[in-house]
Amino acid sequence: MTGPRLDIAVEGKRFDFLPEPLLERLDLVVESSSVVALVGPSGVGKSTLLRMVGGIDTLFSGTVLVDGVPAASAQPAGFVFQDARLLPWLTALDNIRAVRPETTEAAALEMLGRVGLSGFEHYFPHELSGGMQRRVALARAFSVNPRLLLLDEPFVSLDRTLVREMEEVLSALVEASRPTVLLVTHLPEDAAMLADRAIVLAGRPARIAADYRFDIPRGQRSREQREAIANQIAASIGMRETTA
Amino acid sequence: MLFPSRLFPTPIDVGAHVWTLATTGKLLPDLGKTLTRASIAFVIAMALGTAIGIGLGRSRVADRLFSAWVVVGLNVPAIVIAIVLYIWLGLTEFALILAVVLNKLPLVIATIREGVRSFDPAYDDLGRAFRMPFLRQLRLIAVPQLMPFVLAAARTGLSLIWKIVLVFEVLGSDGGVGFRISVFFQFFDIKGIFAYTTAFILVVFVFEYLILRPLERRVLKWRQPR
Repeated sequence: MTGPRLDIAVEGKRFDFLPEPLLERLDLVVESSSVVALVGPSGVGKSTLLRMVGGIDTLFSGTVLVDGVPAASAQPAGFVFQDARLLPWLTALDNIRAVRPETTEAAALEMLGRVGLSGFEHYFPHELSGGMQRRVALARAFSVNPRLLLLDEPFVSLDRTLVREMEEVLSALVEASRPTVLLVTHLPEDAAMLADRAIVLAGRPARIAADYRFDIPRGQRSREQREAIANQIAASIGMRETTA
Repeated sequence: MLFPSRLFPTPIDVGAHVWTLATTGKLLPDLGKTLTRASIAFVIAMALGTAIGIGLGRSRVADRLFSAWVVVGLNVPAIVIAIVLYIWLGLTEFALILAVVLNKLPLVIATIREGVRSFDPAYDDLGRAFRMPFLRQLRLIAVPQLMPFVLAAARTGLSLIWKIVLVFEVLGSDGGVGFRISVFFQFFDIKGIFAYTTAFILVVFVFEYLILRPLERRVLKWRQPR
């Protein structure tokens, strides 16, 4: 199984409350089954671009194609929001099945097992820790579409231990299913850990300030190599220091 | 005795009188009449109020047009509505139930409208991201968010209905708890009034503990215990 190719050609994206367009003449091709990190400062338009790829935001000029199909008409992507965004009145199992009724109970249980949550299927979100809730959200996204994952700052507000744990879960799922992944993050370390390619967005309207393709496969990078990549990305967005 | 027993009957006397009225008097038919009226008015007011509340909560234009009427409805004295309807429609069952509905309706509308306004837009995004069909979004996202407000409207509405149904029965009806209490009043029959009140409170308790609370526990079991 391979993930879809993304062809992004945004002519303009405006918000009424902004004097300038947020995005303008932004062209980007994401190869099939690649993991691409969109890095940049807060407010630059990373999440908006992700919402456009996910077909949530359709108010823009230009085209976003998922395997040649307009994003809004394509099969829904596996979207992971900045917060877990689980429906609090449904159990972990039901949260997975709620967004895609075709998902059988057995498939949902298997997905929960893959994110390390066997035995927690009948827990309500408030009975799960923050990290566990994020894992349910990841399982939900994968069960909706294991070919295309859109991750919007999926590790934000988690401590570094939980981030490592989530990164391991995500890496294992990506290795097994080889989806196309678009990962929005403001931390170069996340990109250095997970991505094959990092695209740095900067300015207003946002432009592609840097486009890095990494030679060393993501699972084989040493800590030093990851730090070097993170520093390289950080330098291009004007971050003087990087967090460990 | 410090108080004359005719005006201050003991709980045992009242309890015995409840039994007597239930077995040989008109207590059960009267309770039946009042409960029927209250139930019909409750169902109509909840259904209509929920629909209108959702409409006003979702549409800013509709809210601007009709919110002043909701305020009027919330504040017009219940007795005025009842008297006007009795004059227009006569002392009929229909007028009585309509009066109760019109008194309760604004409260349901206001509560449900607040519930709809409090919907979390993040869940709308969730529905859009995963392309959930409208009915599925309604069932899995909108209704669960609205349920606490529906239950609040039901509870406050029910307590309001009990009270106003009785007042309107006093004002003009041919039976029911309110009507019978007004008859007792004419004879200063405190024991009868207390007996009917006790029976009525027992019915309210049955409603509260056998229907409302279990329903609340079932519907809101996902909530974090406080």
